[in-house]
Amino acid sequence: MYPRQFEYSAPASLDEALAALANNPAAKVMSGGMSLIPMMKLRLFSPAVVVDIGKIGGLDSIEDRGDHLAIGALVRHVATANSPLVQQYAAALAKAASLTGDPQVRNQGTTCGAIAHADLAADQTAAVLALGATMVAKSTGGTREIAAADFFVDTLTCALQPDEILVELLVPKAGAGEGSAYTKLGRRGGESDYAVAGAAAWVRKTNGSVDAARVALTGVGSKAVLAAAVGDALVGSDGSATAIEAASAHAAEGVNVLEDLHGSVEYKTHLAKVYVQRALTAALT
Amino acid sequence: MATTTSALGGAIRRREDPALIQGHGRYVDDIKLPGETAAAFVRSPFARAKVLSIDASEALAMDGVVAVYTAADVDSLGPLIAQLSFAPRPLLNGGEVKHVGEAVAMVVAENRYLAQDAADLVFVDYDPLEAVIDLKDAHSDRVIIHEGSESNTIISWAAPFGAEPEDQQAVRDQIEADKSRDDTVVVSQEMINQRLIPTAIEPRRVLAEWNPGYRSLNVWSSSQIPHALAGGIAVSLGLPTTSVRVIAPEVGGGFGAKLNVYNDEILVSWAAQQLARPVRWVETRREAANSTIQGRGWVGTATIVGTTDGEILGYDFDGIADMGAYTQNFTVAIPFLGLFVGSGQYKMPTYWKIDCVATNTTTTDAYRGAGRPEAVYYLERIIDMYAREIGMDPADVRNKNFIPNEAFPGAVSPIGFAMDTGDYSTNLNELLEVADYAGMKAERDAARAAGRHVGIGLSSYVEVCGFAPSGLADLGFNWATYGLPTAFNGSGLVRVNPDASATVIIGTGPSGQAHQTTWAQIVSDRLGIEVDNIVVKHGDTGDSPMGIGTFGSRSAAVDGAAAYQAADRVREKAAKLAAHLLEAAEEDVVFADGGAHVAGSPDSSVGWGDIASIAYQVHKAPEGTEPGLESEVFFTPSNATWPFGSHLAMVEVDADTGNVEILRYVSMDDCGNVINPMIVDGQVHGGIAQGIGQALFEEAIYDADGNLLSGSMVDYPIPTAGDLPAFELHRTVTPTDVNPMGVKGIGEAGTIGSAQTIVNAVVDAVAPLGVTHIDMPLRPRRVWEAIQEAR
Repeated sequence: MYPRQFEYSAPASLDEALAALANNPAAKVMSGGMSLIPMMKLRLFSPAVVVDIGKIGGLDSIEDRGDHLAIGALVRHVATANSPLVQQYAAALAKAASLTGDPQVRNQGTTCGAIAHADLAADQTAAVLALGATMVAKSTGGTREIAAADFFVDTLTCALQPDEILVELLVPKAGAGEGSAYTKLGRRGGESDYAVAGAAAWVRKTNGSVDAARVALTGVGSKAVLAAAVGDALVGSDGSATAIEAASAHAAEGVNVLEDLHGSVEYKTHLAKVYVQRALTAALT
Repeated sequence: MATTTSALGGAIRRREDPALIQGHGRYVDDIKLPGETAAAFVRSPFARAKVLSIDASEALAMDGVVAVYTAADVDSLGPLIAQLSFAPRPLLNGGEVKHVGEAVAMVVAENRYLAQDAADLVFVDYDPLEAVIDLKDAHSDRVIIHEGSESNTIISWAAPFGAEPEDQQAVRDQIEADKSRDDTVVVSQEMINQRLIPTAIEPRRVLAEWNPGYRSLNVWSSSQIPHALAGGIAVSLGLPTTSVRVIAPEVGGGFGAKLNVYNDEILVSWAAQQLARPVRWVETRREAANSTIQGRGWVGTATIVGTTDGEILGYDFDGIADMGAYTQNFTVAIPFLGLFVGSGQYKMPTYWKIDCVATNTTTTDAYRGAGRPEAVYYLERIIDMYAREIGMDPADVRNKNFIPNEAFPGAVSPIGFAMDTGDYSTNLNELLEVADYAGMKAERDAARAAGRHVGIGLSSYVEVCGFAPSGLADLGFNWATYGLPTAFNGSGLVRVNPDASATVIIGTGPSGQAHQTTWAQIVSDRLGIEVDNIVVKHGDTGDSPMGIGTFGSRSAAVDGAAAYQAADRVREKAAKLAAHLLEAAEEDVVFADGGAHVAGSPDSSVGWGDIASIAYQVHKAPEGTEPGLESEVFFTPSNATWPFGSHLAMVEVDADTGNVEILRYVSMDDCGNVINPMIVDGQVHGGIAQGIGQALFEEAIYDADGNLLSGSMVDYPIPTAGDLPAFELHRTVTPTDVNPMGVKGIGEAGTIGSAQTIVNAVVDAVAPLGVTHIDMPLRPRRVWEAIQEAR
């Protein structure tokens, strides 16, 4: 557990951090370090420069901006999980944050960091997909917004450029008739540890019928992914248990399910249905 | 003479915890020496390959690199020394590497980071050979792993132990005859007891310092066996054993993985001597997974033949145990320890055989329980299957077949070993009563009726521990290969100091077992000196009596007994001195309240200070008194101890996902007399947690090429407190007669009792779906797949 030599900088401002990234194509951003440091220690990843944004002020707040919440780059998992705002308006994300890592990780790691890390079995990645969140990426060249649906590219790969920092996560606030939920099977059983399979669901019901739904999966493929066919199948239904079960049958449609140590393709395909059904049921409750 | 204060049995708080909890414990990494260097190893990425050449020139050219050593530098030291070694490990391999992670070169640099960088720049040219990873494949001898061997089977153990082969065969023939009877039931199942990675919170580390003037070595190592390590280093380096001092300071968990003399410990010591600079090696978690030993790794078939009303007529176990690439300290002895308890606490005729087989994987050796959890697992699983087959309650089947109380003392297990004491039915029945077994069954049945998959699992167990009878030395259980031809005696020195405090120096040291508390209680019990006034020293071969170490649940029963006897001898002398001071007869002296008085006259008393004072100023003592007030005792018991118990669990399976939730876990252990119930409970807690870890989570997974796929904590889930229910712990007390305290040992019992308890419960939960067996670990996927197959 000894990383290769690297330079370390801890700028005091976002501009300095962005400049450091612009000047060092081989630099890597670190927020909580809960994923980056172990990878460096295992020498799986050896950036020449680590730009630690942890000392920058003003990035650790969760703000209510009317129709959406803004979650700063340095908001810890525990803050996301315990935030009354997130719990009320983006329940799937609060739940996913509460199931991320262990207490030490949740106290140190950040929601934006976990999303940018794009682990294939992370929790909050599925939640932001289902919630239709937007990522705000900043570089010296400016600011751009990336929809969650476009953000996760592959295992440990997201749409951020090397000189960009994910400065903010914008999550639409659930309004009347809207609900969201996240649930998973963890590698140590129950909801403990990384997801063997997990599902996040967001549903909007108007006049007794589902008029919008988004469902995302994690742990079953190479990245967190939208299960688009489920939403399509559910829209127009009454959101009953029967309708949920029928829609859940489409969970793995179009999803490239992969085998790993924790499950075969058949098992993970099955779990996708089970957890989509459970997440939808919770979202509609 | 009698004591009126008894510290034995008191749940006093662990004295070591304030330092450990507050970060003031001193581990090897907390000890810093001037001029230190750091070592790193270059390890084979192949499971089997010829080393063609090693090019260290780039590494040597790096600033800060002190040396790079290969096999050519150290071959003259010979292979790694180990007792019971049949396939010794080279210190560094320059010939044919035999598992992924085997060391081929050692780099020494100015710091650990540079050493790792340089290790990455040592280029080794390998010629890969076909590796044999699968245990059955290795057993077939299709490919022979060790050149010159005729078979990958290194040794076989068979029982009844000590019987002539024809007598063993006669037992087997009788079992076969019973199987073919029309009126008997035969239940047979092949089962895997998977390989595990012992996961101590502190991986291994070693620091060595050579003094060229005194020609002596100081070695700090996170070890369970400092004396053997000192001997092993001395033998390898050609030094007198008195020239090597090993210090095991705080040791952050061992579980058997630190019960070896490792090649890195020899090499770091040797390099410190070569360089005349201190050398430190700190193990990474990946090295801990694939270069330190692993545990378990059996495949075998258990068979019971019995009557339809629950009488077991015979038990047959035929197994293969995975030794890995080399044999180290106890590697081939682990299955033998399983054989000890092969017939458990039952009276049925038993034929038990295991082949110890080499594979191109990491060496296996002792992991908490060490052979006994494996053997008990097979037996208790198949008893459960037999009970289900004949439709009898598994508790009734066990009760019907226990060795009866009247067999004690003098009971000999069907497998051929004399057992100390036992009362198996009382233990089981008390468990059933305290847990409300009848109520649990009603609850399970109601849950089933409601469509839930709830199950109950039961296991009894007997273990054997407190190894020490001197005669075991003839079976190879000794440190002779480490230049210390001693049996597995316990040792302890008790000294009452001039200021009336006591110093206890012991031959074993803790890796979490709280020796500082327990030994103080033992000595306090014998002398009446307050626990707070007793200091317990351990782990330093420079000042402690020759000791074997902490493993096999042996410390209290063997070394504790030595300290107990040493304290008694001190008290005998003190009684003479007190009698002199009190002008009373020696036999009228009573020890109490930090001193002594005449029986019946507590007002006429002397303190330990008065006694110690004349012990060290003997002109005030009776003529002829030798100065000093201490005793050192070596103790060998007449037998090992045989703790036992019964565990009960209730689980619920989510049939849609295969997830297992433990609803209740109740244990009834019997470790004889208890020195400190809180510490015993702690040991049972940890033991059950690790047994549940095996049952539900843990597995060393290799691919076909011998790569360890589960070599990091990401892929090797161990249970945390949050994954476990609140354990309900209970005890019966059946003291042993092989040591003066009547204590048996509790370090491994929880592990030995628990894995099959969980598996029995899970199988019970899904039995209505047609499942009869699932191999561990019962990760959700396994359970779900078993349900699919049964459907």
